[in-house]
Amino acid sequence: MTNAIEQKNLKVIVFQLADKEYAIPVSHVKGIEKLMHISRVPKTERYVKGVINLRGVVTPVIDLRERFDLPISGNEDTTRIIIIALETMEVGFIVDSANDVLDIDATSIEQQPEVVGSLDEDFIAGVAKLENRLLILLHLDKVLNTIEK
Amino acid sequence: MELNQYLEMFIEESKEHLQACSEHLLELEKNPDDLTIVGEIFRSAHTLKGMAATMGYEDLADLTHKMENILDAIRNGKIKVTAEILDVVFESVDHLEEMVFHIADGGDGKRNVQETVEKLKRIESGEPATMVAEEKLAQLESAATMVVEPNEKTFLTAADLKLSYDDFEKTVIFQSSEQDFNAYEITIALREDCLLKAARVYMVFEILEKNGDVIKSSPTVDRLEEEQFDSEFHVAFISRESSVDLHKMLMKVSEIDSVIVNEIHQDVFVTKTNAIDVQVPIQDEVAPSANDVSVPAEKQKTASNTNSKSSGHTTSKTIRVNIERLDILMNLFEELAIDRGRLLSIANEVNHGELNETVERMSRTMGDLQNIVLTMRMVPVETVFNRFPKMVRQLSRDLNKKIELNIVGAETELDRTVIDEIGDPLVHLIRNSVDHGIESPEVRRSKGKPEEGTVELRAYHSGNYVFIEIEDDGAGINRDKVLAKALSKGIVTHEQSLAMTDKQINELILASGFSTADVISDVSGRGVGLDVVKTTIESLGGNISIESTQNVGSVFSIQLPLTLSIISVMLVEIEKEIYAIPLSSIIETSIIRTSDILNAHNQKVIDFRGKVVPLVFLEEIFEVPREEKNDDGFHSVVIVRKGDKLAGLVVDSFIGQQEIVLKSLGNYLTNIFAISGATILGNGQVALIVDCNALMK
Repeated sequence: MTNAIEQKNLKVIVFQLADKEYAIPVSHVKGIEKLMHISRVPKTERYVKGVINLRGVVTPVIDLRERFDLPISGNEDTTRIIIIALETMEVGFIVDSANDVLDIDATSIEQQPEVVGSLDEDFIAGVAKLENRLLILLHLDKVLNTIEK
Repeated sequence: MELNQYLEMFIEESKEHLQACSEHLLELEKNPDDLTIVGEIFRSAHTLKGMAATMGYEDLADLTHKMENILDAIRNGKIKVTAEILDVVFESVDHLEEMVFHIADGGDGKRNVQETVEKLKRIESGEPATMVAEEKLAQLESAATMVVEPNEKTFLTAADLKLSYDDFEKTVIFQSSEQDFNAYEITIALREDCLLKAARVYMVFEILEKNGDVIKSSPTVDRLEEEQFDSEFHVAFISRESSVDLHKMLMKVSEIDSVIVNEIHQDVFVTKTNAIDVQVPIQDEVAPSANDVSVPAEKQKTASNTNSKSSGHTTSKTIRVNIERLDILMNLFEELAIDRGRLLSIANEVNHGELNETVERMSRTMGDLQNIVLTMRMVPVETVFNRFPKMVRQLSRDLNKKIELNIVGAETELDRTVIDEIGDPLVHLIRNSVDHGIESPEVRRSKGKPEEGTVELRAYHSGNYVFIEIEDDGAGINRDKVLAKALSKGIVTHEQSLAMTDKQINELILASGFSTADVISDVSGRGVGLDVVKTTIESLGGNISIESTQNVGSVFSIQLPLTLSIISVMLVEIEKEIYAIPLSSIIETSIIRTSDILNAHNQKVIDFRGKVVPLVFLEEIFEVPREEKNDDGFHSVVIVRKGDKLAGLVVDSFIGQQEIVLKSLGNYLTNIFAISGATILGNGQVALIVDCNALMK
């Protein structure tokens, strides 16, 4: 992800989680899906919600709220599953809503996040300030790594 | 020119040609007089050379060229086929294969094949391959001196050449002399007590490279730098300096014992070729006598000819398709199959005549399509089997045994995924049969068996399974020895051993940490191996069994599912979740009363047809969230089996049997307890497949 940040302009998908906005480089996003039936997989981490049938491919889904220890919310109409592709893995992220596709200027990204609230700093690759918005760029490797800490 | 796009094709075709070479070489070994086989090999080699040269893999082309020379000589009757010659040709083919693999891995296909090249050259010039170069040249000396008069005393004759040169190097020497360079062959001997040989070599090369160009060295520079030489080495060198000056310069390097600088005259090479021509007639004289002996071989040849015709070069029209594309096709098809299910149920609801008809027709077409898609992934086991003849040949030579390998049913088709996995286990089993099974010729004779042992590799379809069997007529399994060993290694207890059947004892050799060979050989028997074979086969959903009679032989029989991508399962429901249990491990289903459940050591068991079967409550294992307990006094139980052990899986209800497409859970979720994969049901939801083996210890 650090490579992506070094580029001049970064295209990102912006999504909402609790009261904050997060961003993932569009190059890692394979698609955004509406919530569908999730089959629970036993004996996995609590934030792994299960697997979905993504057009014939069985894809695991994790709840980002639970991953970041945010309060759990019920599913709304706006709830989306963002399908992420990282290396050989494909994983769906459950988010409150998918808001935007934005071009952000690499210079507006700050590496050192100062106020990040409850979110574990490990997950953050940087923070981008855009007029009146604050976007948190996620460190996908860390989010998907189940044996960190 | 952009050659990358052709690279894949080049690699595939090279492999095919090399495989053809190996096969024909084996055939040639059996029928040494059949020149049509030589012609086949020659054609394969020739095509390979052409392709390699076009793609710019000089080393590959060069070695193939050398091999081709030999084949050409054989074809023209200049050289007789002997086991020795075939060995060298096999060696070359091995090298070529390595090169191709190297290229496939993104390398440049370079490889040190000096030794093989030397051997090839010696054969080409009609000398036994094992003879050292100097001896060979010494023999030629008389002939050589007769043909050409050496111009000056200081020039080397062919007999004195310490190094041998290929065409390219000869050309360099020719051209250098035209441009007033002198070619030298320098022999440098280091002092016996020299401590830093590599350093001295480096200094020598530094001096040489300042004053000219090193064409060649023996041993090679790499080996010299690793100090892999005694005390003397040879260098072919071109320079404008005089031999006296070179000598002086080189002697300045300390710890050098002696330096001999000889000038190479280009005539030397002319001499050499002449000498070979002289040699040829002698061989022709020998040939007829050898022909007389080989009459039986002639008969064999005709027999095998008819064979090869029937098994056939029936060239079917094929195209190469990347396996990935087939996987994508498969995925797309599955999606379609799921939609078909939905469409069917909608059509039922709407009950519209034309719609029903259309949907029905579509379903039929899709059924046909499914068959085609599935069979497209099937590959004949030949792709795995075809490397074994060469392996067995090599092994039998290494072990001084006489072994004939028969392959039956190589055209049997298996799913691509199984094919990829089955190669290594088969290698292990064949090595095992060759090493431990087949006895040495002396022992076989004393037992009244033919000296030549037979290993038969069979493949055939039966029901939904493919069987692969390896049968040898060797010593068989010595059960007393196996049992004694298993006891001493603590694999079984004495009590257990008393109750064991012969078959169970045979299968002890598949247990981990077991090796009965008294002498650990290079071929097999490091104590690992057969247990790995067993694990691999079981992970493919197959199993392995052994039949053996002492002094008569053994049969290793592997049973594999036809395909890994589609399996039959029983769908069961627990609360609202649906799980799939592979039919292959289910014995039967039954409904039991709560009162039938007994307790034994905190373990709930039932009495099932006189056997005590432990119960596994899937609800607990899979931590299914349940809103309210509903105990109506009955339980649905699926009796499953692993080996001889049984267990009863308790579920809420049975849904039914179904053919499902096996899917992996992806790379994010790995090693989930008791779940071996997933599948997509008709309603588009994902159901998990229960791994029964993990539920039983």
